[in-house]
Amino acid sequence: MKKRALKLLTTCTVLTVFIAVLSYNNQADAEYGDVVLNELSDESGMRPVVFPHWFHRIRFRCKVCHGDLGFAFKAGGNGINMVKIMDGEYCGACHDGDIAWSIENCDLCHSGNPNTVTQVHNSTARTLAAPVQKDAASQDDGDKD
Amino acid sequence: MPTSSRSILSGLVLLTTSVVLVGVALPRATAQDNPNAFNRLLRPASERNAPPESDGIHDPTSDGVMFLQPPRDAFDGLPKSRSGNYINWSLAIENGLLNPRYDMSNPDAPPVVMDLNIVREVKGSMPDVVYPHKQHTEWLDCANCHPSIFIPQKGANQISMASILLGEKCGVCHGKVAFPVSECRRCHSKAK
Repeated sequence: MKKRALKLLTTCTVLTVFIAVLSYNNQADAEYGDVVLNELSDESGMRPVVFPHWFHRIRFRCKVCHGDLGFAFKAGGNGINMVKIMDGEYCGACHDGDIAWSIENCDLCHSGNPNTVTQVHNSTARTLAAPVQKDAASQDDGDKD
Repeated sequence: MPTSSRSILSGLVLLTTSVVLVGVALPRATAQDNPNAFNRLLRPASERNAPPESDGIHDPTSDGVMFLQPPRDAFDGLPKSRSGNYINWSLAIENGLLNPRYDMSNPDAPPVVMDLNIVREVKGSMPDVVYPHKQHTEWLDCANCHPSIFIPQKGANQISMASILLGEKCGVCHGKVAFPVSECRRCHSKAK
């Protein structure tokens, strides 16, 4: 009897821990300006792309990508696909194995949680629409325009 | 040792481990659930600039994630700010701590910088806005903003805080990748 009660207690505790850890990890604490791109990824069975804007601005001024390479200031607004990248457009201008590592490293870009919507993470428009952080991931089009 | 006491002992060990784990994991959950928690909507400072594997948008089971640079490693030593990436990017360039490339492949290409302040008079008691071309042209090309976002002509651009909050005008960058509007005084800097 005592043993069963202990077992039950342990199971309950372990379950509680599991749920607590899960809810803890479900919070999106990603970097301000991280861009998630999921225009084609989910439907193609790939993880969405997470573009770390902060990482790139340390190495390049805005003008290089948003001027010379023609990236519009809009998450998901550039119609990028792997063919264009292979042909040296957009990401492919640098990710060519010369300036930066090349595109066979699929997992380095396609590293996002599946079903994460295209967004600029933590942008004001998103946080205004969803002030409680845990609901941010369910917002659909906070930054599309 | 009899079987029953061994199972009780292992149960106790499990219980202790669980309690410790709960102690580690629960404070945040409690802070969310407690209606009177201090700053319940504010992200705690300890959770800023989280590493990719625990930032909530990267998939920790992806093989590539462990190779990605954690933001804190990159931001170490850069001047701090109160919001956004918690980095003062302009100051980092001004102090020579960062020198991002102005050309894709030529690391020595100098930026074309224009030093011209535009003062915009604003309503009410708010200090006027001083827009510095210098800090912006350190990063951007003229054509990034002119003429599609701002018509390069005095009085030709209607700007409101509402439009900025919704991601237009200054809000194309400020509130997404550049410091957000909560840093009022960085723009509203000229006393009336």
